Amino acid sequence: MKFVLNGTGTSVDAHPMARLLDVLREECGLTGTKEGCGEGECGACTVLVNGEAVCSCLIPVGQVESAEVVTIEGLGDDHPLQHHFMNEVGAQCGICTPGMIMAALSLGPSPTLADVRTALAGNLCRCTGYSAIYRAVLKWRETQDAPAPASAER
Amino acid sequence: MAGDAGRSGSGECGAVRTAISALEVRSVPSLAEALAILRDDPRTPIAGATDLYVALNFGTLEPRRFLDIWSLNELREITIDGSKLVIGALATYTSLIRSPLVASRLPMLVDAARQIGGVQIQNRGTLGGNIANGSPAGDSLPVLAAVDAVVVLRSAGAERRVPITKFYTGYRATVMRPDELIVAIEVEPVEGRQWFRKVGTRAAQAISKIVVAGVRAPVPRIAFGSVAPTVVRVPQTERALAEGSTIDDAADVLSREITPIDDLRSTAEYRMRVATNLLRRFWMDTG
Repeated sequence: MKFVLNGTGTSVDAHPMARLLDVLREECGLTGTKEGCGEGECGACTVLVNGEAVCSCLIPVGQVESAEVVTIEGLGDDHPLQHHFMNEVGAQCGICTPGMIMAALSLGPSPTLADVRTALAGNLCRCTGYSAIYRAVLKWRETQDAPAPASAER
Repeated sequence: MAGDAGRSGSGECGAVRTAISALEVRSVPSLAEALAILRDDPRTPIAGATDLYVALNFGTLEPRRFLDIWSLNELREITIDGSKLVIGALATYTSLIRSPLVASRLPMLVDAARQIGGVQIQNRGTLGGNIANGSPAGDSLPVLAAVDAVVVLRSAGAERRVPITKFYTGYRATVMRPDELIVAIEVEPVEGRQWFRKVGTRAAQAISKIVVAGVRAPVPRIAFGSVAPTVVRVPQTERALAEGSTIDDAADVLSREITPIDDLRSTAEYRMRVATNLLRRFWMDTG
């Protein structure tokens, strides 16, 4: 079956009921997406499918046929949100971080703190206490939403 | 992954515990074909998979043969038909939250949808799935029961309409036949103020300990989840309130009308206390 993975057409030989998470990690070698709870509570396995944040541990890969899938690797190593997470110390052990970042990417314009909390309600972090994560996301959006003449957003 | 003998027993911590290779799935491009398959070769429909894949991950998934209906966009529409609000069975919680029609007709369903899981679950979970899964803790179910929603069941040969209050026959048991698919949910206009409240371990994620939906009409319409083997209306409590009972008396009636149990999420005693408190809050907030 075929889908678009991080912008590139990809073909995998996978059982249609295999979890998207396993196909990403084991077939495609993209281990940035983490497995946490396996029940849709923790959000560690969050990826974007057609722009929407979803838990890849709860998706039969057959359902992403022809879809666009974006994982943390799709951001490259230099995405502004990743820098904000580093600068604000929004990551400690790091297991939740890819899922947090992918979930935050689907936020609408000019989010409030309440919006960020709602967008990340499906992502658990046991280290940071969340404040640093919310700060990183808000600072990212402030710089992104500002009318910057030469935005480095990619 | 093809030919993978499954991950069971691989010793890999946290890995999927149901052998994928033991599963069989068909997918279809149209509802008509889906219904033909269900007629000739009954199998378990799978859509957003937010319940079924939790079972897969925990090794408790019983069905082995599936019909993937996720791509049937004809079941995603939210429309008005005559007087009725018609919600396609595959409408996700996110689409309920974003729908102006649901916001104006059935705002408490938006409240419920916002509190079902995180955004990731709201993007995948469907209203039809919540009904078919039939958990007594299903958060949309008290809303649907309080407004006497009708479940539209279609098979290859026929269509029938079953009130949600008659849809469940016991714990996770329904009147659905194996050849039937939930295609839509219909809701007549609702008179009176709508109110929804869910009590769980945390605000927006946990499975409910208690969930309640109410409509403040001359005869109030009140439904609870997680207090009985199925979602329940509480007609004696409704009648008591309609006849002018004090809220204390109505709470007494309620405590005789519901049968919460101890389970891993809560205790019968806690649920009874919270259920009666929620009844009082409903009455106060909508008065």
